Amino acid sequence: MNMAIRLAALLFSMFIATAIHAADKSPLPHLDIGKGGQCVEEDHALMRKIHMNLLKHQRDETMHKGIRGQKYSLADCVECHASQKTNSVLGSNEAFCQGCHAYAAVKLDCFECHANKRKVTAEASK
Amino acid sequence: MSETELNTQTNLDRRDFLTKSSIGLAGLAIAPGMMLFDLAHGRALNEPVSNKVRWGMLIDNNKCESGCNDCVTACNTENGLSGGTKPTDSQWIRKVQLKDTFTGRISSLPMMCQHCEHPPCVDVCPTQASFKRADGIVLVDKHICIGCRYCVMACPYQARSFVHEVLTDQKPEVPRGKGTVESCTLCVHRIDKGETTACAEACSKAGHNAILFGDLNDPQSEISKRIHAVASTQIRADLGLNTGVRYEGI
Repeated sequence: MNMAIRLAALLFSMFIATAIHAADKSPLPHLDIGKGGQCVEEDHALMRKIHMNLLKHQRDETMHKGIRGQKYSLADCVECHASQKTNSVLGSNEAFCQGCHAYAAVKLDCFECHANKRKVTAEASK
Repeated sequence: MSETELNTQTNLDRRDFLTKSSIGLAGLAIAPGMMLFDLAHGRALNEPVSNKVRWGMLIDNNKCESGCNDCVTACNTENGLSGGTKPTDSQWIRKVQLKDTFTGRISSLPMMCQHCEHPPCVDVCPTQASFKRADGIVLVDKHICIGCRYCVMACPYQARSFVHEVLTDQKPEVPRGKGTVESCTLCVHRIDKGETTACAEACSKAGHNAILFGDLNDPQSEISKRIHAVASTQIRADLGLNTGVRYEGI
């Protein structure tokens, strides 16, 4: 019995040690940033933090007042950040939106309604 | 004053006039909302819609051909609808066949959201997701729609559909999703770009020209002149909803 408790304690401490070790160098998501380039905001950390607020504010302006073509648009996010291979911001944990949302365990429901694919022109798809 | 002096004077005046007027023109062009180009139906893209315009359509029943389904197909393609006609499929526009039992005359007309001035769907919505835009277009804000379907019940034209299944590959301009109510948007994404609706475009392409789209508030618009000149009716006019879609010849 004593032996069993000791063994359990040993296993448990090993498990904790591995967990701490893993947390030390927790893997950051490797994102495919698509075309990338100049973002609508210079500060990337700020974008990570408040992109949803910017989008939410502008969506109401567009929906209710018909103001279009403004700076913060979901379609423009997709345009720049959809993967060059799949033309989508979803589909894998490398994909720009899904990758980060999976990592942060935040539900991503924009794309239940909105298109997650870049608009491919007829010429480009040839 | 000699003649040469007089000529110089004239030229100076002309130069002065041109300078001043060009400054005036430049002022016009850079004043907020006064861009002299890039206007969608007289409105800049970053300007909010106003109630100075009221979008509407006039459908000429005499020109609408019975077998033709082009407006429906165009709507489905434009908005990414499946085109199915099951009770659970979304239909934003449908062709309705009418038969006069006395004369035997059969005619058909397209039926869609009538974009009422006093929309019952807006009255009953508990979350204000169903709303009327300032320019008269009745829309559903799917961000705040809870899918209760009161509006579906309230609409006298059965114009609203509920999305029952998960959707994929929506059009970028037309977001649609499970659990929300939707209906004809009067192709709001096209109107904001300064274009006409997909159904009206398809109808003229087919050579019928039965659907006339325009601004009901502008007395100079083709639609205003036409409803001024010929008899047109609202369907269920007794409800006093003042629909934006009117019919001619029914």
